[in-house]
Order: sequence, then C-alpha cells, then structure tokens
Amino acid sequence: MDGFAVFLRKELRESLRTNRLLVVVAIFAVLGIISPLTAKYTPELLKSLGTSSGGVTIIFPTPTVRDAIAQFIKNVAGTGILVAVLLPMGLVAREKERGTAAFVLTKPLSRLAFLTAKLVSLGLTLTAGVAIGALATYWYTALLFTPVSLGGFFGASLLVLLSLLVYASFTFLGSTLLSAQLPAAGIGLAGWIVVSILGIFPGIEPYTPAGLLDPASRLALGLTPQHLWVSIAASVAILVVVLLLALLSFRGQELVTNS
Amino acid sequence: MATAVSCRGLTKRYGDVLALDDFTLDVPTGAVFGILGPNGAGKTTLLRLLTGLAHPTAGEATVGGLNVSAQAPAVHRRISFLDQSPQYYSWMRGRELVTFAGELFGLRGHELRTRVDEALALTGLTDAAHRRIGGYSGGMRQRLGLAQALVNRPEVLFLDEPASSLDPAGRHEILAAIAALRSAATVCMSTHILADVERICDMVAILNHGRLLVSAPVAELQARYAQPAFELELVASQGDTAEQFIAALRAAPWAGEVARQGDVVRVIAVDTAAAGREILPLVAARGVQLQRFERTRPSLEDIFLRLTSTSNTAAPEKVQAS
Repeated sequence: MDGFAVFLRKELRESLRTNRLLVVVAIFAVLGIISPLTAKYTPELLKSLGTSSGGVTIIFPTPTVRDAIAQFIKNVAGTGILVAVLLPMGLVAREKERGTAAFVLTKPLSRLAFLTAKLVSLGLTLTAGVAIGALATYWYTALLFTPVSLGGFFGASLLVLLSLLVYASFTFLGSTLLSAQLPAAGIGLAGWIVVSILGIFPGIEPYTPAGLLDPASRLALGLTPQHLWVSIAASVAILVVVLLLALLSFRGQELVTNS
Repeated sequence: MATAVSCRGLTKRYGDVLALDDFTLDVPTGAVFGILGPNGAGKTTLLRLLTGLAHPTAGEATVGGLNVSAQAPAVHRRISFLDQSPQYYSWMRGRELVTFAGELFGLRGHELRTRVDEALALTGLTDAAHRRIGGYSGGMRQRLGLAQALVNRPEVLFLDEPASSLDPAGRHEILAAIAALRSAATVCMSTHILADVERICDMVAILNHGRLLVSAPVAELQARYAQPAFELELVASQGDTAEQFIAALRAAPWAGEVARQGDVVRVIAVDTAAAGREILPLVAARGVQLQRFERTRPSLEDIFLRLTSTSNTAAPEKVQAS
C-alpha cells in the first residue's frame, strides 16, 4: 500500500497535536473512575439525604462489585458510544471538505492506504480510551470492592472495544460517503438508533454490537457469558461489511479541490 | 517534440452540465503551458481530470504516456498538483508539510532535507518554515503549496490559478519560480490573469464553455491575430506640422484608416510592408517629432476577448494550431 506508513504517522501526529487522543482518553478515564465510585457512593449519598418519608422506608442493598461493573458497562453504552459515533465524523469528510484529500491523493498515496491509515488511527485512539477507562474501573473496583479476575476483565474490555468500533464504523462510512462532517455524524447516529431499536427484540440483540455488552459484563464478573461467540462473529461481520462498503465507495469517488 | 500531456476527446458531464466538451490537446514536454479561460470555462475540471481526481465521461488523458484513469498510481509518482486555494493541515508547520509531501514520494534522509530546503528557499518560505500553517496568510499558503509541489521534482506540474491570491510582489516571485522550471518540468497552469500567461507561458490554450477555442504558442497567436496597425505618439504642441503630417498619411497609398486620439495617431495599413518602410521617412520629411513609434501587437487580452466573445455569440470555431 503506497504511502501507508507515512500517512499513518501523519494521522497519529494529528491525533496528538489536535488533542483528539487526549480528549478521548480523558473522557474514558472519567467514565472509568466514576463507574465504581457511583456504584459505591450513590446509595450512601441517598441515605444521607433521608430514606424515610411518610412512613415509607427505602432500603438500599449493599453495593457490590457487580454494581460497579454494571455501571461501567452502562456508562460505556451511553457516553462511550456517543464518543465512538462522533469521533470519526471528520476523519474523511473534513479532508474532502478542505481539499486536503485532493492534496495527498494526487501523490503516491493509494486510496486504500489513505482509508486504512485512518481506520488504524481511529482504532488506536479508541483502544487507548477503552484501555485507560478499563484500567481506571479495574483499579477503583479493586479499591472500593474486591478485585475482579484480570483475565475476565481484559476479555470484557476487548468486547467493549469491539462494540465501540462497530458503532464508530457507521460514522466512518458516513464520513467516507459524504463531504461534510455533520451529515456524516448523522449517519453514525442513525446507525446507533437502528441498532438500539433492533436490540429491543430479544432474539436479535445478540447479533448487534449492543449484544456484546452483556457477555462483557459476565466475563468481567467471572461468569460464563451467553451467546459470546455469536455476538463476536456478528459484530465482526458488521464491522467488515461496513468498512468494505466504505472502501468500495471511496475507490471511485471524485474529489473536489478548493476553487 | 515529445508530448508530456495529451487529451483525446476528453469530455466531462455533471448531470445536465457539460463541463468539458470533446477536448483534444497536446502539451509539449518542457513547456510552460497556460490554460486560459473565464470563470466556469472548464479549467479546473480539466486539471482535475488530468490529476485523476475526477473521471472523464468520455475520451482519455495521458500524462507522460500513461493513461490517467487506468494508471493513476504511476501518474501520481510523476506529477505534482497545486490547488487554487490550498488549505493543508493547519496544525502542521510549513517545513513539516513539505517534508510530509516528500516522504509520500519515498524521499528520506539527506536527500529529503536537501529537497525541502531547496523548495522552501525557492518559494521564499525559509524564515517562516517553523511557523504553524494555521497562522499563514493566503499568499504564504499559496507559496507553501508550490514548495510542496516542487519537492519531488515533478515531470509535470499542474497549477490551478497559482498566483490569483498573491500580492504583486508575491506574484512576481511565484511566476519567476514557475518560469525557472522551464525545460526542467512541464508546467500546466490554469489562470484567468492574462498578464501572467503573457509573462511566462510559451504556449496557451483558450477555453470557453468547456470547449477549446485555440491552442498555440503565444507568439504565434499574437502573429495570427495581429492587425496591420502602427502607432505614432507625437511630441505635443506641434500645431500645423502635425496636421500636415496626418494629412500626408491619409493621402499615402499604403494607408487605410488613419485615426488621431490626442497625440497618438493610429494607422491601419492596406500594404503593411510599404507602410513599415515609408512611415518613418515621411516623419523625417515633414519634420515631425516623435515620442514613440511601434507596430502594434495584439495583447493576449485582445485575442482572448475576441475569441471568447465570438464563442459566446456563435457556435465556437475550433482552431487547433500545431
């Protein structure tokens, strides 16, 4: 692939110099830290505000490690997916919009190398974010509750990452098809909504990226996950198909210049 | 003469709009070739087709003998392209961008540093090379665009309006840098600034409404459209001497129309050779003092306006000169 390494280096430098990586890592770090903290202290906070009113007594169960993991998964399924959906919106569209795609693609840089470098950079950014977030959750869960299995938690983090990559791929496809960032984000958000609607149906949920989160939760707690391989296979298949669509659509696309 | 760029029946249609219509053109190797036309004539479309950014609806283009559509990667190794309003990556520094462009061409180490230094020096950006591109003015970005386009020493350099956003000093520098590439590279430069073409181009193609109106060396075009006219600027306040001289001109058998505007007398000759021989002896015989005497050459602007106004009002006549 002509120019792949040079362009990937540029993508990684851009991620650092524009603070994209820093912002993503910071968001996931916050998610990772607040998940076990919320699980631990929310009941205590509510207790301190008063649990008895008009003769009704609210009893809070003692928080457990299960609550910490559930909170982390819940945060990832909300804010984490939003970050994954918004992150790639400008990756290709902005380059087309500004004419920088025309600048690099009239040099010995193949379109395959251009898109692949962007995908690798996107994957590395999300991996760094999930890694930091997961480490923070693991550490604070061990501090506030009991340590969970490292292997199981690592596996759970990989499933979370795969899920986020699938959501990010919807926006990446939008960014490849269109020449403006916001409509590209619209495609990503539409993908998220469609997946969420499909997830309502119990028989379909395992085949969606959201179907990875339940096995992730069980893996982290050292329990046997259900439909693990089916969900992995389905998400990988969606990811591959969406990325192939992006590559195919970009291959014959005409690029604009700044005239 | 070898051909660097060739178009055969190149056509580009965007929906109902015919942006380029059956365009056939050869650009000789080593030429500085001007692509001239009013806004919307199809200049940028032509450059986009020649650089592989767009695909022709019909016809084909070759660069260095390679088909642009079928052999785009090989073509991209031989060319460089400068956009009309380049944006680039605002977070990069000037030197970083030129280095990045060089790396995409596989340049490394000492050779890369030397080429980057050369390109920055040629475009007058050495002192600003450490600054972020986001802080560059439009003119500096244009010069940076030329620097990145030169770093690979391209065989063919495509420039889309390279001097349109520059101040007079910047234009002078950029045009000098482009003119210096003559013979080292083939330059295809689109512009609507006629003075730029007249100043540095060897050949010119004039487009209008996506059609080629004429393609020829600039000098040949001027000769082809030359009018048999002479201009004499008289020293002011010569009274009757000047009047008698003009009357003598009107009576001369080789003179057709003689018009006076202030101190300038314009003579359209019916016999150009005789007029060229006889005018100055007549000036001497009548004791007229001259400020200036010249055989008028049509400017590129005159030719451009004549051709484009003809093509606006009538079906265009295609003239392809050798």
